[in-house]
Parts: sequence; C-alpha cells; structure tokens
Amino acid sequence: MTVRRAGGLVLVMAAVAALVPTAWLTFPGWFPAQSVSPQGGPEAESDGRRIKARLFYVSEDGTRLTVVERDVAYADNVEDQAREIISAQIAPAIEPHVSAVPPGARLRALFVTPGGEAFVDMSAEMAAAHPGGSLNELLTIYTIVNALTVNLPSVTAVQVLIDGKEVDTLAGHVDLRSPLARNLAWLQDTESAATNPESQLSVRHPDQNTRNP
Amino acid sequence: MRVASLAKLTIGALVIGLLAPAAGDLSGQAPAAQLMLLSREGRRTLPLAVLDGQDMVALDDLASVFQLAVREVAGALTVSYRGRTVVLTPDQTIASVAGRLISLPAAPSRVGGRWMVPVEFIGRGLAPIYDTRLDLRRASRLLVIGELRVPRVVIRHEPLGTSVQLAIDATPPAASTVVQVGTDRLTIRFDADAIDVTFPSFQPQGFVQALGAIDPVTIGVDLGPRFASYRAAAETIDDTARLVLDVLGPPSAAAGAEMTTGEPARFDFPRSGQPGRALRTLAIDAGHGGDEVGARGEAGTLEKDVTLAAARRLRAAVETRLGLRVVMTREDDRTVPLIDRTAIANNNKADLLLSLHANASFRRNASGAVAYVVEFDQSSEPAEVRVPERVPVFGGGFRDIEIVPWYLAQAAHRGRSEEFAHLVVRRLQGRVRLGPRPVDRAPLRVLESANMPAVLLEMGYLSNEDQERQLASGDFQNTIVQSLVDALVTFRDAGRASGGEGR
Repeated sequence: MTVRRAGGLVLVMAAVAALVPTAWLTFPGWFPAQSVSPQGGPEAESDGRRIKARLFYVSEDGTRLTVVERDVAYADNVEDQAREIISAQIAPAIEPHVSAVPPGARLRALFVTPGGEAFVDMSAEMAAAHPGGSLNELLTIYTIVNALTVNLPSVTAVQVLIDGKEVDTLAGHVDLRSPLARNLAWLQDTESAATNPESQLSVRHPDQNTRNP
Repeated sequence: MRVASLAKLTIGALVIGLLAPAAGDLSGQAPAAQLMLLSREGRRTLPLAVLDGQDMVALDDLASVFQLAVREVAGALTVSYRGRTVVLTPDQTIASVAGRLISLPAAPSRVGGRWMVPVEFIGRGLAPIYDTRLDLRRASRLLVIGELRVPRVVIRHEPLGTSVQLAIDATPPAASTVVQVGTDRLTIRFDADAIDVTFPSFQPQGFVQALGAIDPVTIGVDLGPRFASYRAAAETIDDTARLVLDVLGPPSAAAGAEMTTGEPARFDFPRSGQPGRALRTLAIDAGHGGDEVGARGEAGTLEKDVTLAAARRLRAAVETRLGLRVVMTREDDRTVPLIDRTAIANNNKADLLLSLHANASFRRNASGAVAYVVEFDQSSEPAEVRVPERVPVFGGGFRDIEIVPWYLAQAAHRGRSEEFAHLVVRRLQGRVRLGPRPVDRAPLRVLESANMPAVLLEMGYLSNEDQERQLASGDFQNTIVQSLVDALVTFRDAGRASGGEGR
C-alpha cells in the first residue's frame, strides 16, 4: 500500500517537474521579472521627474468614483509606471477624499503582458479588510482597473490577484476570474466622460509605445 | 381625435392636477395660477400670485371666503376667526397662531395695496383656528374644506411590449370600478367626492392613446388599435389602494399588429429575442451566509442575516399568494459558493433567479435600493453566444443542440433580466428609497452563469444608519417582499401575454 502511494507520489512530482519549465516558457509574462517593492526601485529611476495621473476616489454621494489629478513619480517603462500609479492610488486618501481601497492593502507585485493585460497582485488585506457590499466591491475594483487603463492607454484590461492567487471575487460579488476593461460608467460624471473619454481622462505615458506597441 | 375629445371633458380639480407641474415651471412669471377650493357646497377658485417661486394668496380673498376679520394694528396684521387670532408681522416669516409660533416659507408682503401671504398660511395659520378641516394640497394647488374624500391618485404607465400596464395608486385608499365603454375607452370611477390626480406623460403605443379626466371622480383611458382586452386587479397596501390595469393585445396577433399598424413598435425594455417563458419556478438566493457575513452595519446587523430573513419572507409570500414553486439557494446560515448558487437555479430549471443582498458604501450617506443586471466585461463579451451543434440521436438521425458556455449563460437572458429589474424598481418606487441609478449593470458572478432571467437586488445600505435600522425591521422587509410579489405578478402576466405558456 505504502509502496504504491510512494510510487504515485513520484509520478506526480515527475509530472509537475516536467510542467514547470513548460509553463515558464508558455507564459513568461505571468512571472514578474523581479520582486517588486512599490516604494523601491522606480522612485530612484524617476530623477525627481513626475507625471500627472488621474486617481479615483469615492464620490460625495458614495455611489460612484470621482477623478483627482495627482503628481506621480515618472518611470521609464510602463510596468514601473503602473506600480507608481497603483502605489499612489492605494496610499491613504487625503481629506476630503475617501479611498475605495481597504486600509492596509499593499501592492505585492504588478506585471503587464505584451497584450496589454495588467495583473495587480494585492496583499490579503485587500479582501480581508474589505467592508463588503456590491457597490463597495465595484468601486474598489474599478478604482484599480481605471487607475491603470485610464492613465496608461497601452493597458487595456486589469486583473486583480489576491496574495498571489487568482480569486473568484473580492467580497462575493464582482467576477475577478478574468481581466476587466476600463469602465467609465463608475465615474460620477459619466455623461461627459462617456462622450470623450480619451481627451478627458487619458494621460499618455511617454514610453508606452516602445514598451507595449 | 380621441385625445382632443377627452381633453374637452377635463374639468375641475383634475385640471389642477394636470397643470400643477407646468405652473411650477413658470414660477416667478405670470400670476395665472389658481387655488382650487373644494367643499360640500361646491368648488371655486382663488387667484394666486407667484412671487419668487412662492405661491401667495391675498389675505382679503381669504377673509371673504372664510369670514375672517383682518386688522392692521401697530405694524402687525391680525387675522381673527371666532375669537381666535393669528398675528402676522410684515417682513417676518414667523407668525403667532393662538399664542403658538409657526414659520412660513415667505413673509407677508404688500402688493398693489393688498396683503399677500404664502399659501401655506392656510394650512399652518388658518387651519388651527378654523372650525372646519382644511387640507391644503400644495403640489396640486388644491384646498379641501371639510370632511371630503379626495384621495391623491398617481398613475404610472408601463409599456411591456405586447401590453401596457397602468398602476393607479389612490391614497388614502378609495375603491374603484373599471368599465369598458365601446371599443375605444375604459373608465375608472372612484368611490370618492373628488380625486386629486397626477397623470403620467407617455408616448401612445397603440394600447393606451391618452389618459384624462371625464368627471371629478372618473378617469378615462383612450384605447388604441392594438387593444384586445384588459385585466384589472386591486389590492390595498398600507394606506394606498392600488389598481393594476393591464391593457392587452391579442396574444397571437401581437407581433403582427406591430407590423400592420404602421407605428414603430415601442419597447421600454430591450428584449433578448427569446419568447417569454411562463413563470413557474422562482429561485431565491439569500446572499452570503456562514463564514461569509457580507456587509456589516454599525449597530452590528449582518448582511447574511438580512438576506436570509427577507428570502424566507419572500418564499412564504410567493408560495402562498402566487402558487409558484420556490427554490432557495440556502435555507439557513451556511456558506454556499457562488457557483453552487447559480447551479441550484439552473439544475432546478428555475424561470427567474432573484438574488437578495444588502449594500454598503465607503460613505455613510449613500442609501437606496439598486437592482443589478449582469454586465459582461467587453473583453469576455460573446460575439455569438449560442453555437448550434449537430449530434447523433439514439435510434438514428441527428438533432441540433445549442451549446451555451457556462460562464456566459446569462447573455441570452439579459433583455428579460433588465425588464424584470425595471419592474422591481417601479414597484419599489414610492415605497422604499431608491439609489440614484436604481437599475444598474455590473459583472456579478452569481448572475453570469444563470440560464434564466436573473436580477440581484441590493435592498438598501447597511453602511447608512437609518437604512440599517430599516433593513433589520420586519416592516421594511415586508415592503420589499410586497414590491417583489407585485413585480413577479406583472412579469408572469407579461410572459403569458407574449405566448410563453409552454416551455
């Protein structure tokens, strides 16, 4: 019995060992090139240069997002710039703004595929400290999704991961199993945004075309 | 033509109801407005002047109607009736009524040698000292004198594709009788002294061409070429009598009628193209449960408890009053994965999935109910959801089956889901607070795989102190349940009318 189990285990391990390099070759973009420290590297590269980014906070009536323009450190590639934007977005909000990102949620990793899909890996607090409710969940998710898709046009969709893993939902409502596209319907003034979203909301990163054509 | 004939018949208090909004828009301009006085002796009007958007009435007009003595003494105005006195001060919005202070929206002012007072003076100043009941209906510029039964009547008009529904609410409750006159008119007569009615504005769509007043207690419904029959149902909810009047077309000819009348077919709701199915089984999903508590109110109310309590009430109401089969995704406090919830609805061949939730916002002021329907993210939006596939059948031959990707099953039902969401919101309207966008779309996991019309209702906000109290109360839950039952009745009937009896 024991021998048979041990034999089975060896087979499984062999299969896993064979699959790992295959997965690495098949989905190279799914693995961050280096471990990410949101406060680290990119700051140093910015040389004090800053870009204007649109960040998202909960509207006064509590049911939509409003746009606030902020200076964010410049980074010379889209992935680092995305980290800068998310770090600024999840930092505690300054009064009177209210953040839709739960307090304590940290950015663990962020990577962008050549196809323009960004994967934002947040710490467990993002789900554990979430206050729940469909609306809150939608606001939290679209804060992250819009922060990247609006500021970096080369990012077309965003998937939020929690603690390194793909999740069904953050708090039981919004489907997070695949990347979500920019959604301006969650902005308070959707009419004006919808008529001309690009001119109103896009901040073009100087390096986006070379990085993600 | 019928519209014109009906308009000519429009008289009395009902005119006030019709003109009130228009007069409101003209505030600050011409003093063409009137206050209608209604009493056992009959009706008369008093001219109103509109000053800075405020309806003002001349004090001497009031004095002659109500036998008041008005004196100007030492810079003050006294209005007396049988020994009781109101003291008004020019340029002051405070008045003394038999020794008690009241506030008025505007100060008395002299216009062309006459003292004008805000119309609210009648309700706040005159009513307390007068010996007959005075009921001022500010919005419809109506003053009811004495114990007359003059219910407020609010009519809502809902086009449902192959029928039109009129929901007619009378508050306080008044019984009504519906009679068909010839082939082109229905009359609704109220058991009252008069009615204070608000008509909806709508585009004629072949069923109902016009609504108007025939006499002080009767409403006329002018019928269009698509009318075949009607159905009326009455019920009393709290202090309102609701008459639901369905104006139906011929079931089989409904589609043809759209082609032959030459009018463009008007639909309020986008339809999926799938015929309406009979509503026999309802799946009720009580959101969250077990370890997943959902949102939490300041006072400790948990979303999972509110949703289960409301779901149980809804099941009882639907089973006993509508006779539908009900499937619950959970009946007690347990964790049920989202995918299992949808699977329960699908496997039981439910005709409608209703997921009940309580909302939360990062800001405490957010409040109101919201009905969500699915939104597929544009990156996963299916170009063609249904892919027919030919499979061999036992005994020879082939059969086409439709392969629907599990995660996109709801795509084929979005039209009817939206239709039901609008019905729910319309039934909730006036009963509970609604969110600023009461029907909304979102990529909600529990709805995406549902192979039937599906709506997620956020009943209110646990993050709002008032709403938390409401959500925890049986009364509020019953109001939600009553609204849902009303919406289900309409949804079921609309399904029948569109020929959806079979499956």
